[in-house]
Amino acid sequence: MNTNEYRSIRLMQKTLYDKLWDQHVVHAESDEVNGMVLLYIDRHLVHEVTSPQAFESLKMAGRKPWRVDSILAVADHNVPTTDRAHGISDPISRLQIDTLDQNCAALGITEFKMNDQRQGIVHVIGPEQGATLPGMTVVCGDSHTSTHGAFGCLAFGIGTSEVEHVLATQCLVTQKSKSMRIAVEGELGLGVTAKDIALAIIGEIGTAGGTGYAIEFAGSAIEALSMEGRMTLCNMAIEAGARAGMVAVDETTISYIKGRPFAPQGELWDRAVKYWRTLRSDPGAAFDRTLVIDAAGIRPQVTWGTSPEMVTTIDGFVPNPADVTDTIKRQDMEKALQYMGLEPGMAIQSITIDKVFIGSCTNSRIEDLRAAAQVVSGKHVAPSVKLALVVPGSGLVKHQAEQEGLDKIFLAAGFEWREPGCSMCLAMNDDRLNKGERCASTSNRNFEGRQGPGGRTHLVSPAMAAAAAIAGRVVDVRTLN
Amino acid sequence: MKKFQTFTGIVAPLDRANVDTDAIIPKQFLKSIKRSGFGVNLFDEWRYLDHGEPGMDVSKRQINPDFVLNQKRYQGAQILLARDNFGCGSSREHAPWALQDYGFKVIIAPSFADIFFNNCFKIGLLPITLDHTLMNRLFNAVNAVENYALTVDLASQALTTPDGEQFTFAVDAFRKHCLLNGLDEIGLTLQHAEKIKQFEQKRRAEQPWLFDI
Repeated sequence: MNTNEYRSIRLMQKTLYDKLWDQHVVHAESDEVNGMVLLYIDRHLVHEVTSPQAFESLKMAGRKPWRVDSILAVADHNVPTTDRAHGISDPISRLQIDTLDQNCAALGITEFKMNDQRQGIVHVIGPEQGATLPGMTVVCGDSHTSTHGAFGCLAFGIGTSEVEHVLATQCLVTQKSKSMRIAVEGELGLGVTAKDIALAIIGEIGTAGGTGYAIEFAGSAIEALSMEGRMTLCNMAIEAGARAGMVAVDETTISYIKGRPFAPQGELWDRAVKYWRTLRSDPGAAFDRTLVIDAAGIRPQVTWGTSPEMVTTIDGFVPNPADVTDTIKRQDMEKALQYMGLEPGMAIQSITIDKVFIGSCTNSRIEDLRAAAQVVSGKHVAPSVKLALVVPGSGLVKHQAEQEGLDKIFLAAGFEWREPGCSMCLAMNDDRLNKGERCASTSNRNFEGRQGPGGRTHLVSPAMAAAAAIAGRVVDVRTLN
Repeated sequence: MKKFQTFTGIVAPLDRANVDTDAIIPKQFLKSIKRSGFGVNLFDEWRYLDHGEPGMDVSKRQINPDFVLNQKRYQGAQILLARDNFGCGSSREHAPWALQDYGFKVIIAPSFADIFFNNCFKIGLLPITLDHTLMNRLFNAVNAVENYALTVDLASQALTTPDGEQFTFAVDAFRKHCLLNGLDEIGLTLQHAEKIKQFEQKRRAEQPWLFDI
């Protein structure tokens, strides 16, 4: 075959991202390659923090939502995780949630209210309800919308102006990203999870490594992951800088969706599945960047700094800024160590913990809770740990965990068992770290002040967080008795 | 959105990489249901020594004299110099709102986080990307010269230094057009309403399961 033939074949081979993109382009603003296009949005998820200003502007402009049945709303960021019988005590949080309720009621938008059992973190309930389906474009005013890419969707976070834009037009004005394929090949070791894959990748490419890219996660280790694991991984794509992460559709995807409330049924189900099976990158499709990672080489990960890229392995040490030649990077490390109250050269396993948080859109699904419960079963939280929280991702996750008796395992071990919401991942409600407190957390960001002003976050997997609660320090879950 | 006009503004340097949206505007201020008033809480945890909560009287708060924006020479700054991956983290548009409400019209950095970059354009705040060498030169110049100001001309995509030296910058043509003319993007999109309807009808016929909640 000559070069031209080869080139045209290459052009016909599409990545999963190409396929999802091409399916949704309504109009191109210019003839430029990678210029602005009008992209159709199938599913719009809405929560209380980033929507009020969008609804207000929409109303002021005299506009109405383009397609109400594309929207699913839920309050998650501000909700209390303790007893909800008396509503929300913080008047500012309450106003924000009341505003969401009023906007949804006025416009006829489906909303799971705070006391609905289906309420939960927006990125947990979408998939749980079958409201996230392969082939969709999914947006939400929340950066962790990348989570939904686990279903072979194009899913990404947007700002409030774009929330309004999607409400008004069912479209976004946007630009195609470059494509990156990260293949994780081989078998993960015992006690190593999707969270560790995510942190290991971020450690390798950095928090800006994925900027300007949509990442497809592939390879045998990804194919072996459950949907929960794939969601954890795609959730963290944004921490690598990529707006969107995605995984091809396979039997694991299809069997997860089957029977969910908003999933198609009967003849439509068969038609849908036939289409969904095409949602994978063609063999030989070209990516702008590719990376291959050996699954067997990934060890449990722990962050030591104030950015998810400041991460090392459980048998590692706090690095020394003096070893870094780049001035800006060195200064950032120094600031991070000062904030975190850590010294260069300290063993990661010598870091003691004040609080433990198991929850967030990264790690609050049933599989996460099972993994943590397995570690704590028959043991007790260390006396030095002031608070160990389990916050299920949704009311339905909570219910299922209770059916399996996980709540009793956590409670017997000294954990608190809470109501669903974002909770101490970003501390917009009362769940937070106090100044100087150190937390082993299954959430996604260890930024300064993220879990509470002056709070110190170490990002880990659910099993590692559970192990830290028992030991009172960061410890290798693989060696915990 | 206001039209973006050529202006000359004082430049303030924020010399750290990976400045995240939690640092730009901490989450307690996200409980507001309004779009304005975030400027007083921009960089709240760095800018003040006490802990900030919504509704506090700012005049009674403890200012951190070491924070760059609190230094006298940077008062009234309209251009922020930043380092790599500025605006990483969440999708909160409150971050660009806070920067704009404070008085910034332009952010210049070697790289931005995608969602932040995009959000800026939607509200008329211009993010400009320059290479590391130029960025270092600008940081040095700003540190050396008090009241260092740059002229930003979006139409000709040029920055002019006090010495008259010009740097050009890249910007997407459509975004530039929207900014220069202060266009309502929703209004523009709705000009394609028929096309969207046709697209939607076809999609509904092909994949009816996508249209049901």
